[in-house]
Amino acid sequence: MAEYRKPIPIPSPETAPFWEASKKRELLIQRCQECGRFYFYPRPLCPHCLSPHVEWVRASGRGTLYTYNINYRATYPGFAADVPYVMAIVELEEGVRLMTNLVDVKPDPDQIKIGMAVEVVFEDVTPDISLPKFRPASRG
Amino acid sequence: MDGLRRKVALVGVDESDELGYLPHKVALQLHAEAARNALADAGLKKDEVDGLFTAGVSTAVVAEYLGLRPRYTDTTTVGGASFLMHVEHAAAAIAAGLCQVALITHGQTGYSNRSRGVRPAVDPTLPAAQFEAPYGVAGPPSVYSLACTRHMHQYGTTHHQLAEIAVATRKWATLNPKAMMRDPITIEDVLNSRWISYPFHLLDCCLVTDAGGAVVVTSAERARDLRKKPVYLLGCGEAHHHALISQMEDLTTMTAAQVSGKQAFQMAGLGPKDIHVAEVYDSFTYTVLMSLEDLGFCAKGEGGAFVSGQRTAPGGNFPLNTSGGGLSYTHPGMFGIFTIIEAVRQLRGECGPRQVRGAQVVLCHGTGGSLSSAATLILGTG
Repeated sequence: MAEYRKPIPIPSPETAPFWEASKKRELLIQRCQECGRFYFYPRPLCPHCLSPHVEWVRASGRGTLYTYNINYRATYPGFAADVPYVMAIVELEEGVRLMTNLVDVKPDPDQIKIGMAVEVVFEDVTPDISLPKFRPASRG
Repeated sequence: MDGLRRKVALVGVDESDELGYLPHKVALQLHAEAARNALADAGLKKDEVDGLFTAGVSTAVVAEYLGLRPRYTDTTTVGGASFLMHVEHAAAAIAAGLCQVALITHGQTGYSNRSRGVRPAVDPTLPAAQFEAPYGVAGPPSVYSLACTRHMHQYGTTHHQLAEIAVATRKWATLNPKAMMRDPITIEDVLNSRWISYPFHLLDCCLVTDAGGAVVVTSAERARDLRKKPVYLLGCGEAHHHALISQMEDLTTMTAAQVSGKQAFQMAGLGPKDIHVAEVYDSFTYTVLMSLEDLGFCAKGEGGAFVSGQRTAPGGNFPLNTSGGGLSYTHPGMFGIFTIIEAVRQLRGECGPRQVRGAQVVLCHGTGGSLSSAATLILGTG
């Protein structure tokens, strides 16, 4: 397998549980136990009310496509083989959004529809890191 | 809310000696050239500068390079809006007596950095490194395009409407001898240019150049004795909303621009209809379209219709980005200072063939980061 040359996340103390879960095919988000709101990306103080009483919650992994682009230039050298590739912002069922790549779809505006149902898949990029990506949801 | 209305004046502006592809110069030299030129424009001596403002590099580094010993400094660095914020911060400092002559400098070698291998260091603990970069997010084209796709989906904005901005801006550039791109282009040229990051064609994107700029601000009282006709700060505002594009609540609406624009208009006691010329940061055609909506020149979703029919071109009824903007004049990385330089020149009547007749009130607007931060200035002659 060729060396992986794209940027690789380096888990930090506040994000390590997220990356450990991703390795196990679980998508984690956080919920504040005081104000009850979900949020992403991971941080130990709620961005809505700054409460430290927050919990990890496993997201369903289902969501909708909020927006996307199609990149014709490699933004990092490691993406050269992927051009053109799709970046996407997905809105999870729980209401939070995250950046991702849309995979298993033609990089064609006629094939990609904002609002389409998507589901998480995990790409193992190193023995320690699996990246959550999204593909069009399978039916049913 | 009078705030800082008419408390200070912009008394000196200029670019570096050269703009464009400058492999023989580094960014600090461009700061220094622009600083010297802007001080000469104001008729002020270097030793009178006691406030220094810059972005992207510490004011300590710039002060040392210029041989300055400022007693008030500010290195607010939030991308292209930074320099407009510096005007607001300088005005507040001058009004409070913390400095008297504020020098704002910019120098950047976005073009030459590529061959020099200069890349910003990335802190791996920052959210961007963990939650955006792994998906290829790097640099404005891959970010602003995400917002544009959503706007097109939600409001029916078209590639043709975006191209109107690129074509109109190029027409202004043909009238500016300092502009890099001066050959006229057509809507078809824009639509036929290659994709960079869909929905952006190459000609929807700003240039990448080497350039510097500087602005000198002092009290309205002091400005009366200086070389040029003072240009007064009538209103200003700034705001942050997010840092990462994935954290932006509504990708069709730049909340920071709504906040900064509203405050600037209120302070000036003016509204969008009072603006004679607008200098709105055009990192992409879309940036302008969205900013015009959020500043209140038209309703949300109507930006495409607003710019149609070459309305923003020379001879149109909404003169916009009269220097040729980041799309056609210059764009070393953080364009904001050049909106101020052009605004001051328009208000002084120094713009030659591109001069907008009767320009007495000009709006400058800067966008920074991933549509993250905004700053608005309203400048006037009276």
